[in-house]
Amino acid sequence: MKSVRLPLGLLGLALLTACAGEYPQSSISPTTDFADTIHGLYVTIFWWTMLILTGVWIVLAYILVKFRERPDSPKPKQIHGHLGMEIAWTIGPALIVVAIAIPTIQAVFATQEVPEESLVVEVIGHQYWWEFRYPENGGLVTANELHIPMGTPVSLRIHSDDVIHSFWVPQLGGKRDANPLRQVPEGQDLKYNWIHFTAQETGTFMGQCAEFCGDSHSLMGIRVIVETQEEFDAWLGDLAAGHPQTVTQSQALNATTEGLPAPTAPALAQEETGQEEAPPAEDPGTVEGRNLFLANCSACHAINGVSEAGVIAPNLTLLGRRSSIAAGLLENNVDNLVRWIGDPQSVKPGALMPGLEYQGGRPPVVWPAFNLTPDQVRTVANYLYSLR
Amino acid sequence: MSVSTAPAPATSPETHHEDTGLWSWITTVDHKRIGIMYFVTSLFFLGVGGIEALIIRLQLFSPENQLISAQVYNQLFTMHGTTMIFLVAMPQAVAFFNYIVPLQIGARDVAFPRLNALSYWIYLFGAIYLNVSWFVGAAPNTSWVGYANLTSTQFSPGLNVDFWVLGLSILGVSSIMGGVNFITTIINLRAPGMKLMRMPLFTWMTFVTSFLLVTALPVIAVALILLAFDRFFATNFFVASAGGDPVLWQHLFWIFGHPEVYILVLPAFGVISDVIPAFSRKPLFGYPVVVYAGVLIGFIGWGVWSHHMFTSGLGPIADSFFVASTMIIAIPTGVKIFNWMATMWGGAIRFTTAMMFAVGLVALFTVGGLSGIMHSSAPVDLQQHDSYFVVAHFHYVIVGGILLGMFSGVYYWFPKVTGRLLDEKLGKLHFWSTIIGFNLTFFPMHFSGMYGMPRRTWTYRAELNVEIYNQLSTVGAFFLGASTLLLLWNIWKSLKSGEKAGHNPWGAPTLEWSIPSPPHHYNFPALPEVRSREPLWNDDERAAIEAVTLHEPATEPEMPNPSFWPIVVAFGITITWALVMTGIWWVPLLGLAFTALGVYAWAFEDPFKKKAAH
Repeated sequence: MKSVRLPLGLLGLALLTACAGEYPQSSISPTTDFADTIHGLYVTIFWWTMLILTGVWIVLAYILVKFRERPDSPKPKQIHGHLGMEIAWTIGPALIVVAIAIPTIQAVFATQEVPEESLVVEVIGHQYWWEFRYPENGGLVTANELHIPMGTPVSLRIHSDDVIHSFWVPQLGGKRDANPLRQVPEGQDLKYNWIHFTAQETGTFMGQCAEFCGDSHSLMGIRVIVETQEEFDAWLGDLAAGHPQTVTQSQALNATTEGLPAPTAPALAQEETGQEEAPPAEDPGTVEGRNLFLANCSACHAINGVSEAGVIAPNLTLLGRRSSIAAGLLENNVDNLVRWIGDPQSVKPGALMPGLEYQGGRPPVVWPAFNLTPDQVRTVANYLYSLR
Repeated sequence: MSVSTAPAPATSPETHHEDTGLWSWITTVDHKRIGIMYFVTSLFFLGVGGIEALIIRLQLFSPENQLISAQVYNQLFTMHGTTMIFLVAMPQAVAFFNYIVPLQIGARDVAFPRLNALSYWIYLFGAIYLNVSWFVGAAPNTSWVGYANLTSTQFSPGLNVDFWVLGLSILGVSSIMGGVNFITTIINLRAPGMKLMRMPLFTWMTFVTSFLLVTALPVIAVALILLAFDRFFATNFFVASAGGDPVLWQHLFWIFGHPEVYILVLPAFGVISDVIPAFSRKPLFGYPVVVYAGVLIGFIGWGVWSHHMFTSGLGPIADSFFVASTMIIAIPTGVKIFNWMATMWGGAIRFTTAMMFAVGLVALFTVGGLSGIMHSSAPVDLQQHDSYFVVAHFHYVIVGGILLGMFSGVYYWFPKVTGRLLDEKLGKLHFWSTIIGFNLTFFPMHFSGMYGMPRRTWTYRAELNVEIYNQLSTVGAFFLGASTLLLLWNIWKSLKSGEKAGHNPWGAPTLEWSIPSPPHHYNFPALPEVRSREPLWNDDERAAIEAVTLHEPATEPEMPNPSFWPIVVAFGITITWALVMTGIWWVPLLGLAFTALGVYAWAFEDPFKKKAAH
């Protein structure tokens, strides 16, 4: 027992001194007030437990050495107990427990207190991706990469669209389950879970789903981009603007006559106002990619300014700016987009998106496989990657 | 009821203790044979669950590994947990209950010998049924806690969850019957003078555990039946979109699940509470305190369940309540640790393998207990919950506590069961390799969890930088697996050529060591009278007891007849549940009819009727 105590103690120290850079998903490198509170509590409890463990092991080691049977050992004194000692080692631990319980319960209430004013972001878990909505910012929607401003209190309103997930970005603080919203009688409130925090550092923070949610539970990543208020506002503006078409009226009409959804209102509006300064001609690949998107993807996916009808799959506005695709799984580049669109099941088993060979959806409603050639997949991928 | 206290009849009873062969085992109602069957079966499933763990560890050896698919991985970790809890840890404890408790209290059998056999056969058939799922490619895959609404037919349309729901229902029947049996046995069949406060600690912990079994298992039975209704009859208990509540499942599961933790760990505490005094040559320090601490743990264990649910959004008031109750339960647990240490203090400690495993429990369970204190702090738990930190925590409790305790029991009581000692040299090798393998496997998991690796994940990204910890765990797991083979080898070798044990090789104080090893099928020729807690440590009391217990009676006490109705009824109950899978309402009734026939025949069988002359 003795020989392992020192290395364990050193390992224990390492538990407290990890560098965040090396461990991007570390739960002991707090960057928000919420995470700070938790970490402070953890450190307090850690030292109490280390104290107890060391004490128990030292006494145990002493007993094992001192009281081992020797050839000349006399018959041990038959002691049956000692009331005073029983009381002592009941009260001692009880006091330690109280010392831990008081700051714990303070933190329980403090971390669940609703801030007076905060930016509310709705976090919705899906098998196997995350949707983020900004209800106070015109209901803007994005997926898998959450943008929030530094220094502003943020309240995440968390729920699920299917099974239970759990939102966990360790450097921002503890996790909360994303429960499916339970249908309630009229007059009762829907029950959401909340995380309140104020980010203290800019950067990209990683997390992932922490409640087992099916086949690809392990592939359900989260990235949170904490940026300055200015950067955040600019990003929101870009998200709202989306990627309106810069096509001519006739091209747009052509598209309509081919049975594709008409360009959405902002696109047309821009065209009318932008007559003096003709926009640069669009790359034919972009036009083809968009048309393929509209024909094959827009029933589920939305791109602001292009088609906003699809709401059951991730919103793809500004996709080219994201650092990863498929919920933090693959680096964002055209090749990976091609792989993901062409064969989603090999990338993420259980994903609902159809592929070139696989059907999508979930029984009893199953969608057919994509009617695309591999070349067309690349065209779509190029188009999506160009959305910046 | 009064099987073992029935006076021996004047007529010469038949003897069947020498019966051998498969049929004698299938029809046995002898608690010792049933205990051995429980033990062997649980050891087999320890191998199964262990192999599942090793495949899991191979998959996690490197990041983004593609050794097995996510679907297979999810089945493996679900079945690893389900197997280790329901098919290994619980039945292994029941194996010891069966073999040891009647001997410790001076009884000839358990109160309901045929019910005991029925418990075993249901366990065996349920375990087989659960594992048949592998062969149809649909092993349960929604984790051992099976959180709703992932288990609904919408999200889990296959047979996987069906096997799990029905399999656990079958196993629950077995556990409840076992609990009833041991409560009755311990209350009614104690030898004269064996007051409650003179019972050995292992019997006491069996007593507490049995109450937990009969009270906790019905709760999961309710949850499973609700889920079965959701799946087979389209009810909506756990379907949120229809007004059901998935979080209700979590409450029901953990109201069972937390007492379940104590169902698993109290027997191990009982084992070492007998082992430590025996090898310290000192009575247990603070016997009544250790007993009451165990009882208190059993009670408070009912009030802590939501500490498994701190992330589910209970609100600060409920969180605070469960923080407090969870921290309170740490106190009696700590008191037990201190009393074990005080027992050793001033003793003359003999480092037999049994004692080393017991000391290992004291040292390593403490680690798991202390990381448990961390989780009891709800805000801290928000970081640790469902991460590998928790996986580390509960393996320190389950392996460091329960498995080490059970191994201690194996080395301690093997000579009683077989008449031969296990090899001590091999035993010590087994001990040290277990300790090294165990710590190497589970200590690094604290780090992978701290650095953000959630549990129940098929793979992890390289950028998390937790590869080294996973590799250490994988190496340790194989080490641990290999160390268990040493135990098997030791058992095999010692059965054939182990040193003869004699009736009390350890000089232990409790009643089971007053009878020959292995015991006669009737255990005690006549019932000894007990006058103290350590009857064999008081010279005159020992002499009086051994004059009775080591004496060969002229006529053997009458013992219940073998019966094959338990296996018939067990088969009936198992297929009744299994046939629910068909989804046709009248098909399970066939199984029920079969069961009814078995029960009818059983009811009219005279347990003491003499066999035809042979």
